Amino acid sequence: MSSADIYKELILDYYRNPKNFGKLEKFDIDARDTNPLCGDELEMQIRVGEGRKIEEIKFTGKGCAISQASASMLTELAKGKPLDWVKQLSKEDVFKMLGNPDLGPSRVKCALLGMKVLKIGVYGYLGAQYEDPDPTL
Amino acid sequence: MLKTEVIDIEKVRADFPILKREVHGKRLVYLDNAATTQKPQQVIDALVDFYSRYNSNVHRSVHTLGEEATAAYEASRAKVARFVGSVPRELVFVRGTTEATNLVRFAWGEKNVKAGDVLVTTLMEHHSNIVPWQLLARSKGATLKFVGLKPDGTLDMASFEALLKEAPKMVAVTHCSNVLGTINDVAAICAKAHSAGATTVVDGAQSVPHMPVDIAAIGSDFYAFSGHKMLGPTGIGALVARKQLLEEMDPFNSGGEMIREVFLDHSTWNEVPYKFEGGTVNIADSIGLGAAVDYLTSLGMAKVREHEVRLLDYALQTLSELKGFKVYGPGDVAKRGGVISFNLADVHPHDLATILDEEGVAIRSGHHCAQPLMNWLDVAATSRASFHVYNSYDDVDALKAGLQKAGAIFKV
Repeated sequence: MSSADIYKELILDYYRNPKNFGKLEKFDIDARDTNPLCGDELEMQIRVGEGRKIEEIKFTGKGCAISQASASMLTELAKGKPLDWVKQLSKEDVFKMLGNPDLGPSRVKCALLGMKVLKIGVYGYLGAQYEDPDPTL
Repeated sequence: MLKTEVIDIEKVRADFPILKREVHGKRLVYLDNAATTQKPQQVIDALVDFYSRYNSNVHRSVHTLGEEATAAYEASRAKVARFVGSVPRELVFVRGTTEATNLVRFAWGEKNVKAGDVLVTTLMEHHSNIVPWQLLARSKGATLKFVGLKPDGTLDMASFEALLKEAPKMVAVTHCSNVLGTINDVAAICAKAHSAGATTVVDGAQSVPHMPVDIAAIGSDFYAFSGHKMLGPTGIGALVARKQLLEEMDPFNSGGEMIREVFLDHSTWNEVPYKFEGGTVNIADSIGLGAAVDYLTSLGMAKVREHEVRLLDYALQTLSELKGFKVYGPGDVAKRGGVISFNLADVHPHDLATILDEEGVAIRSGHHCAQPLMNWLDVAATSRASFHVYNSYDDVDALKAGLQKAGAIFKV
């Protein structure tokens, strides 16, 4: 893997100036998770609007550039989308969003933490349980 | 290659086959020794020799292989005990430091700690010297209290003295911090703790591999360390304890090996230390640890320490020239082990480790199993470079070059 390839301008920009960073005053979904391996923390809050769409979404957290940029970009992508879109979201979508960096197995977890928190929150709201497909990944 | 001139670095490096490998096309620069060290050929050979020549169970088989295995296992115990200033009778082989502290928790703690007791540890401990005491306190209704730290990353002895006034049942402290590198005066701490009536537990995971250690002189009741951090195999370590304490304690792992007689309604225990070595022991790795001790003894632990002090001194000087470089722990190299925890501006340690890995440089990044200490430092994580006998000034230079690259990528 090439670090110049991973740490593109885009990732660094989102790391230092994350979009949708903060808390919502009113929200319907509040989910958080940590990556025990590296201590990355992430919390997402969502206000659900008409037609079960993501009306507002914000996140807070601390962690590496990959986890924080990925979470921020994901909130931008998710805003305005129906909740069902979250159910369809795949890790390939996240990799594509990040520009398909060549990440090693431990860093993949950083990249996917945002998606995991988003899914935990939305699945819970929909009365379902989100199961991490491969927790040992 | 610039040498510290304390040990013959080229000869030492030739003993470690893994150092010949490349990572991402670069020379491997292994600076994650506080997590685990590499193994010299002598240790690898000892393991292969055991399995290919005299593999057998110990203590019961009277055939030739059994006798040879038992002799090698006990010779290893004697070697390891001598290496740390103890005697074979007082050295229990365990899987590692974590198993050692858990042995103390169950075999000593369950019997001796009562509701309302105070247990003391410190803010600079590895989780293996915190969590067992948390669980012990919870199961007994005792309270776990923490010795604070001073801004330079040394123990706040005033807070320690204040806690001693509460007559703690136990004081658990690390000999050398795996994050800050702080070397604690454990002899003085144990003496004071004993005067207050406490039983003492010392975590030697980061001291025994790096400096001369004399447990008799320290005077601790329990002293724990791991083999894999001192050039030995994984899965083997030791708990050194006063014989009288071991004799008073109940067994930990019960079953074979640790018994004297078994009846239907009760059993009697084997003598110490065998009472605490239930089941088939880790014979091969114990012998491998003996080979590691031979290797370190041949170099001389005072020289190993001096080698690391020089590397540390050089590294602290040259790395502090980097923009945004912040190091944690005492500035005086005489008071710290060969561990440097640091951060580089706002670059997260995991990003740093990824960039360094591309340069063949292996460091540790994260909370180092010391989350209370991370909270005290007010950081989520740090990067950590740690040395052993095969590291050179060149390795420090490679680390610096990697950090410069990371700084450029992140526009520090």
